[in-house]
Amino acid sequence: MKNANPLWKFFCSVTLTIVLLLSLAITSIIGTVIPQNESPDAYLHAYGAFRYQLLSALGIFDMYQSWWFQGLLLILTINIVVCSIDRLSGSWKLIFTRSPKIRPERFTNRSDARTLTDKRNAEELVSVYEPIVARRYGFCKVTRSKDGAVIYGEKGRLSRLGVYIVHLSVILLLIGGLAGSFFGFEGYVNIAEGEATDTIRIRNTGQIHRLDFQIRCDDFSLTLYETGAPKEYRSALTILEGGQAVKQKDIIVNDPLRYRGINIFQSSYGKLQPEKMPRPETAVAGPAEAYTLNFTSRASGMNYAVSAKVGVPVDIPEGLGKFVLMAYEAETAFRGMDVGASLKGILTPTEGEPVEVLLPLKFANFDKMRGGDVMIAVANQPQEKFTSPQPAEERYYTGLQVTNDPGVWLVYTGFILMLAGCFVAFYLSHQQVCIVIEQLRKNSRVTFAGTTNRNKLAMKNTTEKMFKAMTDS
Amino acid sequence: MSSSHFLSISTFVFALAAFFYLAALIFRKPRLTLPARWTVVAAVVATTAGLLLRWVESYQMGIGHAPLSNLYESLVFFAWTAGVMYLFVEFKYKNPLIGAFVTPIAFLAMAYASMSPNISDRIQPLVPALKSNWLIAHVATCFFGYAAFAIAFGMSIMYLIKARNPEKIEGIIGHIPKLDLLDELTHRMVLFGFLLLTGGIITGSVWANSAWGSYWSWDPKETWSLITWFVYATLLHARLMRGWEGKQIAYLSILGFAAVLFTYFGVNLLPGLHSYGKV
Ligand code: HEM
Repeated sequence: MKNANPLWKFFCSVTLTIVLLLSLAITSIIGTVIPQNESPDAYLHAYGAFRYQLLSALGIFDMYQSWWFQGLLLILTINIVVCSIDRLSGSWKLIFTRSPKIRPERFTNRSDARTLTDKRNAEELVSVYEPIVARRYGFCKVTRSKDGAVIYGEKGRLSRLGVYIVHLSVILLLIGGLAGSFFGFEGYVNIAEGEATDTIRIRNTGQIHRLDFQIRCDDFSLTLYETGAPKEYRSALTILEGGQAVKQKDIIVNDPLRYRGINIFQSSYGKLQPEKMPRPETAVAGPAEAYTLNFTSRASGMNYAVSAKVGVPVDIPEGLGKFVLMAYEAETAFRGMDVGASLKGILTPTEGEPVEVLLPLKFANFDKMRGGDVMIAVANQPQEKFTSPQPAEERYYTGLQVTNDPGVWLVYTGFILMLAGCFVAFYLSHQQVCIVIEQLRKNSRVTFAGTTNRNKLAMKNTTEKMFKAMTDS
Repeated sequence: MSSSHFLSISTFVFALAAFFYLAALIFRKPRLTLPARWTVVAAVVATTAGLLLRWVESYQMGIGHAPLSNLYESLVFFAWTAGVMYLFVEFKYKNPLIGAFVTPIAFLAMAYASMSPNISDRIQPLVPALKSNWLIAHVATCFFGYAAFAIAFGMSIMYLIKARNPEKIEGIIGHIPKLDLLDELTHRMVLFGFLLLTGGIITGSVWANSAWGSYWSWDPKETWSLITWFVYATLLHARLMRGWEGKQIAYLSILGFAAVLFTYFGVNLLPGLHSYGKV
């Protein structure tokens, strides 16, 4: 630690690592005991108002994304980076040198050094011992002097990089995770057989996300085991771009469809009840007696479709209040901007004043701007007001998970590096051996020792074997 | 004979092995460890036969899948990995008394699997989410890791018993291997377990990503495996600090194994989605 800066020292310390790792372990427990990302209603009910406020302020209900948990991860990252730089700068020369500096006294001073005397002279002994070292050690070097010779062998120098690879992989995982949460999304959508959509909902926030292509579910089939347990869910999907089919694939659980970086997974299914079967939909139509409204709860992210007749109040799920549609207007303006045809309605929250709500038919997300507890959108209009009754056969919808994660390749690289690095760090070692031959007047004195940075037991065996080979030859 | 016959026999044989080892330890009869070792071999053979047969039977029932798909099968597999790992360790380090602390764990796993009224030993069809080649990679790596941690746990217990009176040469304590050897072996086992747990978490995430599009979703089972991983990472780093040795490492290894057990059993008591392994 050449750098005496106290901050640097603080982030260098392994004690900090231990504190951080244990804190992460302990705090992570919270999120497994308190269910995450549920609706506030559920929490209020379970914990009461005061504790709800407190826990919510601490981010406990979404704790793995909370500032303090992310902060711990950030400090851990700094800890790893600083510690690695510090140690690598110290051992860089040792690892990447072409001609390692040989200091025989490092070996001869060891308490486990072995000695023997031999009648042969130094040159003869070198020719006998060199092969013994060279056979086991990739790097073998003999230095001769007038007092004798030194045979030095070394291997596994690069294995010292193992821990750095492990630590690098941890950083890659953290960066990959961040990249995913900033630039990716995780959404879901239910599509009835025969229908297509390009809008999905983002998990946890309930926001609507529009894809640049449409997904059509051509067919959904469910196979059961004899016991009645589900065996396979299969959806035949077609990707449409500008109305053109560009890709077709049957997906099942564990075998998704990937298109332009977006992955579409089979995640659930359901049966459509005959009366709730959506009819073929188009964009905006004229005035109607009844509309299907989508209520999205901001807190739970849940989305509810409710059919509402003009002038008849409907209850909003989750106890979020009442809503009544007042009128259809073909031309409406919002803050001086022409927004086209809209519905107007009045929202009466459970607590608070009624507000007037404008729902332009062209802009599905318009009401989000209001920032209320519930977002209201008008579902697409029935093409014909009186569709003929649907055939009575069962229809399914398929539940798809739609995700995009640009960080995944970083994470996978991190996975590979972590496994490789752990293997190297745990099972390979940097071994050095040294035979020092001193030419005396009538004979030679030989000192032999070896060192390793890990797995000392195995090294002891090796040196024992080598010493035996030396005495036998 | 059917697979369940083999597996009942192996439960009994594991019990016998545990009995031999404990008797060898308690009555200071090192000679007993020889039959004990062969009993473990027999138990592993019987379990192997039982698992393979169960695999075949599942194909005969038309719902063929590797016997790694529910709590019953995973407990049996755990006992199998613990037996295999233990034999390897005994072969490599020639220290039979470790068996006194490992075979009872394997026996308890088998006994719990077959006796608990909550655990069904029927061969069940795979739910769609489990139909993946990652299932085998994931379960096998995790369970070899758990077995290594179980052995490390056994050795840590021995360490703490021995550390109370390291010089004593008679009695049970006298027969326990030396402290530095136990410490070294515990560390080896933890390294192996850590590598495999890392592999288990990684195969699990890759599988999750291929099955439902996100490699990490903080569900309680995932989170607990990460907690376990943090505890063992702490242990590895604690050895680098001065003053942390022997006993502290043994305590951390016991804590780590407690986290393993919770990941395995306790999580079912928590709210969550990782329904695989639920009773
Ligand atoms: C999740 C985070 C981390 C993981 C998974 C991790 C993993 C590892 C592993 C597997 C080893 C090898 C241990 C062994 O061979 O016994 C190691 C060694 C080490 N780690 Fe970490 N580590 C992490 C964080 C850190 C941090 C934050 C520091 C900062 C001080 C650090 C400092 C070290 C040091 C100094 C070594 C020893 C290197 C050597 O043996 O020369 N680690 N780490």
